[in-house]
Amino acid sequence: MTQAPVLDVKELKTSFFSSDGEVPAVDNISFSVNKGEILGIVGESGCGKSVTSLSIMKLIPQPPGKIVGGEILLNGEDIVPASEKRMREIRGNDIAMIFQEPMTSLNPLFTIGNQLVEGIILHKKVNKKEAFKIGVEMLKLVGLPRAEQIMKEYPHQLSGGMRQRVMIAMALSCDPKLLIADEPTTALDVTIQAQILSLMKNLNKKLDTAIIMITHDLGVVAEVCQRVIVMYAGKVVEEASVRDIFKNPKHPYTVGLLESIPDVREKKERLYSIPGNVPKPGAIKQGCRFAARCANVHDRCFVEDPPLYKAADGHHVRCFLHAAGGEN
Amino acid sequence: MELSTNKEMQVPIEPAEEKAVSPWLEAWRSFRKNKLAVIGTFIVLFFVLLAIFAPYIAPEGINEQKLTTSDRLQAPSSEYWFGTDDFGRDVFSRVVYGSRISLWVGFLAVIGSIVIGCLLGIVAGYYGKWVDSVISRFFDILLAFPSILLAIAIVAVLGPSLRNALIAIAIINIPNFGRLIRSRVLSVKQEEFIMAAKAVGMKNSRILFHHVMPNSIAPIIVQGTLAIATAIIEAAALGFLGLGAEAPNPEWGKMLSDARAFLTQAPWTLFFPGLAIVLTVLGFNLMGDGLRDALDPRMKN
Repeated sequence: MTQAPVLDVKELKTSFFSSDGEVPAVDNISFSVNKGEILGIVGESGCGKSVTSLSIMKLIPQPPGKIVGGEILLNGEDIVPASEKRMREIRGNDIAMIFQEPMTSLNPLFTIGNQLVEGIILHKKVNKKEAFKIGVEMLKLVGLPRAEQIMKEYPHQLSGGMRQRVMIAMALSCDPKLLIADEPTTALDVTIQAQILSLMKNLNKKLDTAIIMITHDLGVVAEVCQRVIVMYAGKVVEEASVRDIFKNPKHPYTVGLLESIPDVREKKERLYSIPGNVPKPGAIKQGCRFAARCANVHDRCFVEDPPLYKAADGHHVRCFLHAAGGEN
Repeated sequence: MELSTNKEMQVPIEPAEEKAVSPWLEAWRSFRKNKLAVIGTFIVLFFVLLAIFAPYIAPEGINEQKLTTSDRLQAPSSEYWFGTDDFGRDVFSRVVYGSRISLWVGFLAVIGSIVIGCLLGIVAGYYGKWVDSVISRFFDILLAFPSILLAIAIVAVLGPSLRNALIAIAIINIPNFGRLIRSRVLSVKQEEFIMAAKAVGMKNSRILFHHVMPNSIAPIIVQGTLAIATAIIEAAALGFLGLGAEAPNPEWGKMLSDARAFLTQAPWTLFFPGLAIVLTVLGFNLMGDGLRDALDPRMKN
């Protein structure tokens, strides 16, 4: 914690403007990612995870989306007001991103090598031959056999797991300081998931790249992350180390999430599920956003929006139940 | 016997290694299997060769008039394969030379409308917003007119000639290509690899020409082939109306219109240019359908 963080997001607010007016998809969230750290962002579908990551890349489709407020400090530089030209330098070079669907993240008409080399030439001052060499090395690094041959193949000839490896190779080919992985294993089957996760963990150690792991799978979080942010309806509801989240979850939502994980050791008749759905962004104007689904709800929750309370060192919770620790 | 077993042993066990096959090569393979498409291609190829080697194939020039009665309006014979017209000109030679004009007009007009239509369509689809509105309304306006009427109007303004007919045909086909590629760009734009390309830090123009365009080109090729057929018909129609090729030029539509007067006396003067038009158009249509099946399996049926 002594070093300056690679990424420091401060009170980021991203809204979408529709005919119904402004809908905040990400509402005043703050977090930071330290050098070499793997941070998990967890939440149900539609809670603003992907919007957060696209905001950091500044790839929010605009219109209707817009970063309305806050700062995104990348190595101390605020990129919210940065020009599109500057962003192009940053993307791929400083921040790279891998997507959920490896099947569609590669252009079907070009060879792997073609696409891999393209990005390398864009950011590194190298010629085609050198770029090809770097590409082959990257493919070897992500554990693909017969790398030279794969460079000449088309995406449809590779399996999902291999394509995701290619995507990771592509993302890491310019030594970014930060890698945003938006549900990188969701579309893969379980065995491949484990491989990809351990690959990312190894690369994180080897290259010292900070990773933001966006997922809805708490298993993935337990596997690779060091710190976790739990998001709900566009807000951070809990932030803690992985250990604390699993051993000592504070927010009723986190508790609910953990309870809904099937456990092999126990045979339950029914799995626990949190009642209700994630509210539509902007639907709740007043009070805690989780109040309607919360098991420990008070009258106060419907009126006031709780701030982020400090539960322990490095453990923050947005819930009145933990107000004792004082406001953060 | 021993030798042969030895040989077999020596063959290294190679894993069923898939050779890198480009999507284009794959399309070609499935195209080859389609009999009708191959027939269409041969017809097109036949006319293209006819056009290229016209001076060697045609026994006479396009305007060698023989005004003696014995040579005028002669029925097909060993001397005049397709007979002669009212000026005693060899219809076969004129049909052969006519293929030059028709194919030339067809290709050039379509290439023109593809280039302009694609540029407008890509810009409209990719940048969206008001650019899209302006360009799309322009397409709508062009499409609001019946195409042949619009072509006639354009030729009427520019003056009747083959070149102006070509320009008119190119213009009336622009919205077809423009709208096609615009819709294609709109759907390709949503693909994740475009987002991935942006995430790597690629410029808009590069994404446009390197990622969006190649993925939009297949339907353009299909539509282009089919459009050549329509362009040939349109050129013939304009020629028939006297708005295309001028007098001695053996444009097929013009030949039809000249032959009208002798329909009962000398039907061959009408039949052969007509047959040429039908065959060429059929060839392009078959080829275009085959290309569609090969390049864009979703569009089948």
